Amino acid sequence: MAEVKLFRTWSSPFALRIVWALKLKDVQYDTIFEDLSNKSPLLLQYNPVHKKVPVLVHNGKSVAESFVILEYIEETWKQNPLLSEDPHERAAARCWAKFGDEKVLPSIWEAFKSEGKEQEEGIVKAKENLKYLEEELKGKKFFGGEHIGFADIALGWLAEYENVFEEVTSMRVIAEEEFPLLSEWKRTFSDAPIIKENWPPRDKLVTKFQALREANLLKKVPK
Amino acid sequence: MADEVVLLDFWPSPFGVRLRIALAEKGIKYEYKEEDLENKSPLLLQSNPVYKQIPVLIHNGKAVCESLIALQYIDEVWNDKAPLLPFDPYLRSQAKFWADFVDKKIYDLGRKACTTKGKEHEAAQKEFMNCIKSLEVELGDKPFFGGETLGVVDVSLVPFFSWFSVYEKFGNFSIELECPKFNAWIKRCLEKESVSKSLPDQDKIFEIFVDIRKKLGME
Repeated sequence: MAEVKLFRTWSSPFALRIVWALKLKDVQYDTIFEDLSNKSPLLLQYNPVHKKVPVLVHNGKSVAESFVILEYIEETWKQNPLLSEDPHERAAARCWAKFGDEKVLPSIWEAFKSEGKEQEEGIVKAKENLKYLEEELKGKKFFGGEHIGFADIALGWLAEYENVFEEVTSMRVIAEEEFPLLSEWKRTFSDAPIIKENWPPRDKLVTKFQALREANLLKKVPK
Repeated sequence: MADEVVLLDFWPSPFGVRLRIALAEKGIKYEYKEEDLENKSPLLLQSNPVYKQIPVLIHNGKAVCESLIALQYIDEVWNDKAPLLPFDPYLRSQAKFWADFVDKKIYDLGRKACTTKGKEHEAAQKEFMNCIKSLEVELGDKPFFGGETLGVVDVSLVPFFSWFSVYEKFGNFSIELECPKFNAWIKRCLEKESVSKSLPDQDKIFEIFVDIRKKLGME
């Protein structure tokens, strides 16, 4: 019986972070796939506050919230560190991770959910956020430097999900001419060992997000 | 070489208070710089170009932004005194989880409880009280969330005390009556000099809130 369990869904980009971190550190674990429309009693027991995935259970004790889980993994399994030893660099990585979740992700999601002029405006906002990431990548292969680090794992969803969004809506956010470094990072990150082998199936993601977009657009239909 | 520590802050900000408390707990000398948020200094814009917000901790010329991240930085650098996080990774994860919970819930819900009306107000107030109750359960029988001493959850949460009396008045509830355990925790925190000296004047906070409500057309 594995002492590490990960509760996740097949498509959650937040849960993917945990998959990457565990595999990069070569930690054996069991996966429990959740159906969010019918959450298991175990999930509700392990994450009673937010009732969400991902949740990591290690020796029977649960940890929730993806960044909290990442830090727990980092502190428990010290091989292949995701964070620098330097406190200022650690703070910077955490800041970029937070920026990704608080600004980049919502702005791209807003653009994805809309159409026409609203989408155009959304894309402009998303690009303003992405400019900071582009700047941060100057002289670096990854946000973590030579190797994949905490910020790469946090932002990693961009490398695949943005492509999925493009396919579904034909909106272009990370264009090569405008974001050469970010475009290159997407490719390098996506093709890295471990990352490459663990993307959810592209066609399934396209189908899922197509349905989500349609549902969101319907909500906006004027009366 | 002596450490040079600067804190860019704004006196009523509960996020700034967090850092003031942490720096005081660890006995770190620093220069406090008050920012005018309507006229942000070049130093602030240069130190936090992404968010352009306070608080910003500048240590030997290097900036650290976002209050919870700065708390962790302070704990990692000045690790010889008054630890804000426990040693054990699991206990650390629980502390970080609850500090994150405070960030996600308390500020927004408290603000909503005092700046909305009708159903929106009721919902915000109810959720706010549920959050306080969850925190009470987490506190348990410990004097502080950090155990015998202030931890990152205490430091993240107690700054909102200046705003609690505002939330209570406009939200129409009493923390003292409905959450006596939480109230006792507040009192214990206020006995700490690092906390009492870092909190802004409550009357002045009240005035700010009356102003906000006026601007929202609620008075």
